[in-house]
Amino acid sequence: MLTNTKNTEQVFKSVGTSPIRPDGVPKVTGMAQYGADYSLPGMLWAKILRSPHAHARIRSINTSKAEALPGVKAVLTSADLPNQNFDYIGPERVAVNYWHMTRNILAREKALYEGHAIAAVAATTAAIAAEAIALIEVDYEVLPHVIDVDEAMHPDAPVLFEDMITRGIEPAPTKPSNITKRLEFKVGDLDAGFAAADEIVEMSFKTAAVHQGYIEPHSCLARYGADGQCELWSASQGHFVVRAYTAKILGMEIGNLVVHPAEIGGGFGGKTVVYVEPIAVALSRKTGHPVKIMMSREDVFKATGPTSGGSMTVKIGVKKDGTLVAADGVFKLQAGAFPGSPVMNAAMCAFAPYIIPNVRTVGFDVVSNRPKSAAYRAPGSPISAFGVESVLDILAQKIGMDPLRLRLKNAVKAGSPTPYGPKHSHDGYAETIQALLDHPEYNKPLGKNQGRGVASGFWFNGGGESTASIHINEDGSVVLATGSMDVGGSRASMALMAAETLGVPYASVRSTVADTASIGYNHVTGGSRVTYATGLAVVEACNKIIEQLRLRASIMWDVDVKGVVWEDGFAKPADKSVGEFEPLSLKAIAAKRAVTGGPIVTEAAVNAGGQAPGFSTQFCDVEVDPETGGVKILRFVAAQDVGRAIHPKYCEGQIHGGVVQGIGWALNEEYIYDKLGRLSNAGFLDYRIPVASDLPMIEAILVEVPNPNHPYGVKGVGEANIVPPMAAIANAIQRATGKRLTELPMSPPKVLAAIDAV
Amino acid sequence: MSKHHISTVINGDPVEFLCATNQSLLDVLRNDLNMTGTKEGCGTGDCGACSVTLDGRLVCSCLVLGVEAQGKTIQTIEGMANGEHLHVLQQKFLEHAALQCGICTPGFLVAARSLLERNPDPTEEEVRFWLAGNLCRCTGYNKIIEAVLDAARELRGA
Amino acid sequence: MSEMRFEQPKTAEAAAALLAGTQGLGKVLSGGTDLMIHMRNGNVKPELVLDVKGIAEMNTIAVENGGYRFGAAVSCMQLLENKAFAETWPGVIDGANLVGSVQVRGRATVAGNLCNASPAADTVPAMIAAGAIARVVGPNGRREVPVEEIPVSPGKTSLTKGEFIVSFFLPKRAPHSGDAYLRFTPRTEMDIAVVGVGLNLTLDANGICTDARVSLGAVAERALLVPEAAAALIGTKVDEAALNKLAAAASAAARPIDDKRGTKVFRIKLAGVLARRAAEKALSRAKGN
Repeated sequence: MLTNTKNTEQVFKSVGTSPIRPDGVPKVTGMAQYGADYSLPGMLWAKILRSPHAHARIRSINTSKAEALPGVKAVLTSADLPNQNFDYIGPERVAVNYWHMTRNILAREKALYEGHAIAAVAATTAAIAAEAIALIEVDYEVLPHVIDVDEAMHPDAPVLFEDMITRGIEPAPTKPSNITKRLEFKVGDLDAGFAAADEIVEMSFKTAAVHQGYIEPHSCLARYGADGQCELWSASQGHFVVRAYTAKILGMEIGNLVVHPAEIGGGFGGKTVVYVEPIAVALSRKTGHPVKIMMSREDVFKATGPTSGGSMTVKIGVKKDGTLVAADGVFKLQAGAFPGSPVMNAAMCAFAPYIIPNVRTVGFDVVSNRPKSAAYRAPGSPISAFGVESVLDILAQKIGMDPLRLRLKNAVKAGSPTPYGPKHSHDGYAETIQALLDHPEYNKPLGKNQGRGVASGFWFNGGGESTASIHINEDGSVVLATGSMDVGGSRASMALMAAETLGVPYASVRSTVADTASIGYNHVTGGSRVTYATGLAVVEACNKIIEQLRLRASIMWDVDVKGVVWEDGFAKPADKSVGEFEPLSLKAIAAKRAVTGGPIVTEAAVNAGGQAPGFSTQFCDVEVDPETGGVKILRFVAAQDVGRAIHPKYCEGQIHGGVVQGIGWALNEEYIYDKLGRLSNAGFLDYRIPVASDLPMIEAILVEVPNPNHPYGVKGVGEANIVPPMAAIANAIQRATGKRLTELPMSPPKVLAAIDAV
Repeated sequence: MSKHHISTVINGDPVEFLCATNQSLLDVLRNDLNMTGTKEGCGTGDCGACSVTLDGRLVCSCLVLGVEAQGKTIQTIEGMANGEHLHVLQQKFLEHAALQCGICTPGFLVAARSLLERNPDPTEEEVRFWLAGNLCRCTGYNKIIEAVLDAARELRGA
Repeated sequence: MSEMRFEQPKTAEAAAALLAGTQGLGKVLSGGTDLMIHMRNGNVKPELVLDVKGIAEMNTIAVENGGYRFGAAVSCMQLLENKAFAETWPGVIDGANLVGSVQVRGRATVAGNLCNASPAADTVPAMIAAGAIARVVGPNGRREVPVEEIPVSPGKTSLTKGEFIVSFFLPKRAPHSGDAYLRFTPRTEMDIAVVGVGLNLTLDANGICTDARVSLGAVAERALLVPEAAAALIGTKVDEAALNKLAAAASAAARPIDDKRGTKVFRIKLAGVLARRAAEKALSRAKGN
């Protein structure tokens, strides 16, 4: 790991170290409890009946035989859930529509994909629940289906929603279609821009839907009491969001539902939504017993959100000297069965790393008969980046310029415009490019059938609402709680920032994740927001606690509080004039708390703005077997601006993980449907994520250009690293074989066909 | 369905349980014996999260029937530490930050221990191929491999 | 819910009687790595699960008349760990070493791999190329069957009700013999073979190939024995010209389908590529003997 630190004035004791995480021992000993690891006395098991058809009208559901099976305590259909209004709620980019959501939880008028949940059963054993599912009789009217995004946009395509009129088109279309909306961003004058170009490349690309691939299937346990109070143990990326969605779907008051954060076995965005939680709560309500659900792996693939597949055309113009003059991108993303692909992100991120005076991006959100898409690590950005970064590589070759230097020449920095409105407020991108230019292996020559490809990527990163609370124990140890689910080690990062701010050892801070009844609102653990926004709340809470500690010390010393400073974990007199007092530790102050004002506690909440985006630039070396089309990754180097690495090993881990997901996305992952619209590869055997033997060590370079809006300079790390790999690999394959692949995944049959094509 | 009465030794302790013919060992461990350290990621032997050893042999417990455990010794993740003393592998996983979400970690630890018992000085390639049956989606495998190699070094006294 | 019986007979004849006497479906359980999956997804609802791992003759690996006999309940890992066998039949070991993962190999058996009758089974082509003979036990006694005659089509074998395999016999190795199994998969491990080639050859003292067997997996409804491919090598020094003829014969014999793991075109091409590479590997092993 190489670190280029721009701000070297601050020296930290805790921040920047990589200690063992507080939840580490439970996780390496099998003691940590994930969503499926909870049980309660009297617990029932639930199973879900799913549609075998890709598209069908549901004429009737007869649950009587299932209900009669001994051991079955309740059967659930959409009839048990309240109606929801049709309304897009929230900012457009992340809008939620409960009319769609409740229908995804349990189908109503139609089954819209194979695997769509139709009904659920709670029984005394999982085996009985499974048997009962088979006894539910559903009368389907099978309808023609459509899977592919381009086919779904065709005027003759089977239409999923008979009243869907495309939003964002003036005048509005008269006929319904599968296109839920059209959006556009535009700056400058495209025609003039392209007219000034010396080289123009226009090309079309396709990407396949890929699943987040978390190893833990969705699981939860619900206990609904006769008093209308419900507790829910759920593995999610945001238990407050789970509470909000579940309460809404069930027509419950939010305050009557407490969600406990189970440990989570991976999410990557896919667990920021609910599938099984409303069903478990509804069944628990109906039966008066706790109800447990665990999705099978097959159901995870058939019925939970992958990210979209996309179809796009990208056109970029460049001058001989490498100046980018114009760019146009049309991105069509398939949303699955309900609206909400990340097409807006794809359109906004596509050209965001570059200063281009004339840009247009157009996006289409398209429904088709496959599971509803869900967020996947920088949702939308990797898709558009595949096209954009591939075209940039072609242009670099046309003008005879090194592809990193082409990017460096046009790189955005603080003050640069974006195509979607606000200016960039941070540096960092150029530094990631420079890190690779300076890398000793970047110019190393390669052998036969080998090639090197580069690509960059951008992600907004998130801010938003977080709450942190601190209390000082009687022995001076610190309990720190936030409401941010810990997916990858954030308890450790929070503790490091608290330890740094308070001036105490990391080991004296207990970092926990509190349930929804025990702390104020926290938005999801996603969008690369937690180290930034929850970190801000933690630091603010620490500063408030320090104020209290100074006050308590001043009472103990009987001096004015202005005469007390907090330094290196101790209250000290500000100067000699205050008096001769020995420094007071947290332990000493805590011991006297009863006579100085009582428990020493505080809470801080933020709705954070000022977050900095993520930039990553990567190069990879591949070797292609010209007789089989097999692609081997020889080397992969990824530089990312992390602002400041609070826990460097976890930052590296995020980069390693995102890059490897990108490698799978590039080479092997896709959804394979049969003629009836049924998923053929609903398992880890044929949905091929990378295995350990496929990979070399991934090299992560942590570039540090601190964010001045955060006390420790943090920039979100989790997502930007998945944006470049697919294009980097496509560019490397092109350099190795002379053939340009424009369709993901670049699996061996496709690579071989490209090599063999004349 | 009448159940089978099975006697086995798990992590050194005698254990008895009842199970149906078609119940997997994974299901027995997690749901009848409350040993939830062994995880279900797929149920079909493709992810390795359910790895245990059966008479010293590394296996996926989702592919073993509960009835087949009769008279056998089983080692699960719960038996890897010795009271307060972690196994070197567990310690190295923590030090190297070889886990992010941690759901695959029990399977990897059981599999890695099995490797080092047979081959105390594996190359990086040998480690990668032995662990190919354990899927991780978070780490890209880097730090897992580093932790295993470091543990091997320490166990060899190197 | 009907009773699913579980039996652990101590002899092969007792097992055959139990299987033959089952009204409904009786399934042999050795490694269980295929059976468990079929049961889990409802493909197979056995009335009887017959665990054969307690039958002594099914668990041994021993030299017999200069050749090798190994039991049908011997796991892939046990086979790999038998140094003498592994040195004699490295091609069979190539295949056994590629079944699933280490965890799967700790349970999976060559017999199970064969009788599951997937055309892509990794242990089958090298066993066919080796000339392995399966010893079948049934209610009517025992019979010997060349392994290529066991699988008929995906999921179906030529075994009749009550029959199962107790052991395999691999013939004595002639000097200057070598075998190899190669497969193509998109990932390095964990995948089902898109194409598999098992190749076994024998050279004389002058380096001329006197005998060869070539078997292709995953390119037809079952693993194929391809005499024309072998003929391309016999009488030659396995030089470039012979390898070209071999590759062409392998591609010509392949009659694959398009499926989620590979296209027809891809498989036909790869059959030739892998046949050549397997021959090169077998040749170098033969020269080393």
